[in-house]
Amino acid sequence: MTRLSASFNLGRIGFYTFLILVTALSVFPFYWMYIIGSNVTAAINQFPPAMIPGGRFIENLIKVYENVNFNRALINSFVVSATLTVSVLFFCSLAGFAFAKLNFRGRNVLFAFLVGSMMVPTQLGLIPSYMIISKLGWLDDLRAVIIPGIANAFGIFWMRQYISSSVPNELLEAGRIDGCSTFRLFWNIVVPAIRPGYATLGIITFMGSWNDFLWPLVVLKDRSVHTVQIALKNLNGAYYQDFSMILAGTVLATLPILVIFLLFSKQFISGLTEGAVK
Amino acid sequence: MLAKPLNRALNQRIRDHLNAYLFISPFFILFAVFGVFPMIFTAWVSLHKWNIVGAKTFIGLQNYKFIMEDPYFWKSLYNTFSIWFLSTLPQLFFALILAFLLNQSMLKGREFFRISVFLPNITSVVAVAIIFGALFGQHYGLINYALSLLGMDPIDFRSSVLGTHLAISSMVMWRWTGYNAIIYLAGLQSIPNDLYEAATIDGATKRQQFFFITIPLLRPMIIFTIILSTIGGMQIFAEPLMFSGPGGGSQGQGLTITLLLYEEAFARQAFGYASAIAWMLFFIIVAFSLVNMFFAKKLQSAD
Repeated sequence: MTRLSASFNLGRIGFYTFLILVTALSVFPFYWMYIIGSNVTAAINQFPPAMIPGGRFIENLIKVYENVNFNRALINSFVVSATLTVSVLFFCSLAGFAFAKLNFRGRNVLFAFLVGSMMVPTQLGLIPSYMIISKLGWLDDLRAVIIPGIANAFGIFWMRQYISSSVPNELLEAGRIDGCSTFRLFWNIVVPAIRPGYATLGIITFMGSWNDFLWPLVVLKDRSVHTVQIALKNLNGAYYQDFSMILAGTVLATLPILVIFLLFSKQFISGLTEGAVK
Repeated sequence: MLAKPLNRALNQRIRDHLNAYLFISPFFILFAVFGVFPMIFTAWVSLHKWNIVGAKTFIGLQNYKFIMEDPYFWKSLYNTFSIWFLSTLPQLFFALILAFLLNQSMLKGREFFRISVFLPNITSVVAVAIIFGALFGQHYGLINYALSLLGMDPIDFRSSVLGTHLAISSMVMWRWTGYNAIIYLAGLQSIPNDLYEAATIDGATKRQQFFFITIPLLRPMIIFTIILSTIGGMQIFAEPLMFSGPGGGSQGQGLTITLLLYEEAFARQAFGYASAIAWMLFFIIVAFSLVNMFFAKKLQSAD
């Protein structure tokens, strides 16, 4: 009996040690980013390197602002990510509702097509898309990164799954009998019922667009329209040696998304795990 | 007398159809403009010698022949697969174990652990590449400091092929292991608990439960993550660009297929050649996904 509980305890210690180790590995780079960003580069370049945050974060940030217009980049990223998130939520839930609850000819074929379209890599259309954007006169214009993304296959797929399982048909039929138009059914019944789904898809969309890199790199050349990621890349490319400044900028670029994630993390993780099994 | 309700029902059907098509149209219009048309147009461009001024000459399949003879293409192919292999296999294995542990009923602080392992995924690839670039620095990087504590000489990760691949793979691993663990966790939660209870009563150890219950029942999720990481891994771009710089470094040690495509198109303005690379990339993704699916299915029928 005692041997059994001893081995059980040992297993439990190993179990938590492993999890804490993984957690430390996950969190450490964030911590280290701040250590470098708040020290002088020389403090990092010594052996052993600095392991606690210094007091130079603001000075490093000022240097960041001397090199790139970070506020402009932050505003651009916010405008792009917020607009995209709102429109993706609206258009994807609308289309998801149609696929989940409306009967129309070609529904299954169109849905299969939509799912298949997720397999196509963005690179395949990169060059013609660039040409289209340039013909439209949208190079160096935020519309170039917003318009192509206002509805996407993943969002529609996700919303369809969510709506089929969380909006009862009886509710929609009752609305029909009351004389609701199809759009009213969507707006008054479906939208209020899928708020948790909106939270999860909203965070996925916001993060994806905040962190997007290849497409903005191709179509947003001018400094005035750079997003945070492009500004960060330029910061890294131009001043390779000043790690402290670069990482102070990285902290600033990561902070908004970190705050948003931590605020919604609980709903987000449970939404993600539920959404995946539905 | 019956005509009126029938008429109304018919009208309703038509209206339903119209509404449905209207509701789904934004995606299909966008996909037609920025998905289907570019795909076909890329194929057409790939048959031309085409530069920025728009001067184009039809050269048939020459671009594809050039690709076959291009040492940079083969190098990028090798690098892409090497990075994929080094990052994906350990990542998925690790994620499985992590999900299994996170699903244990005795776990305290479950929410905290879930959020922290997912945290790396919210960081942008650019930020990850900068942080890991500093970690893997030759003279003062933390990794080399750790190696020096073990009495080893510092490694110049950037200049060696394996070093570059290891550094880039570790970025991918760090960013995606927790994400995959959460996806697996979702699958685990749908496995009924009595299966484990019955196995425990029959004397199965935790390890046996993991290999004979968890893995077989998680196979759909495993296939999903393998496909996802295949598609993502074949398109890897930001990490090598940030870590090795333009061209993937002095000897192209970080040159991946998408990086090559990007440089041909937007640095050398060789749109025709770059378009051919884009189609090659698509074929590689489809073929490799099918191969992976085949192996994943085969594993399934093994027991």
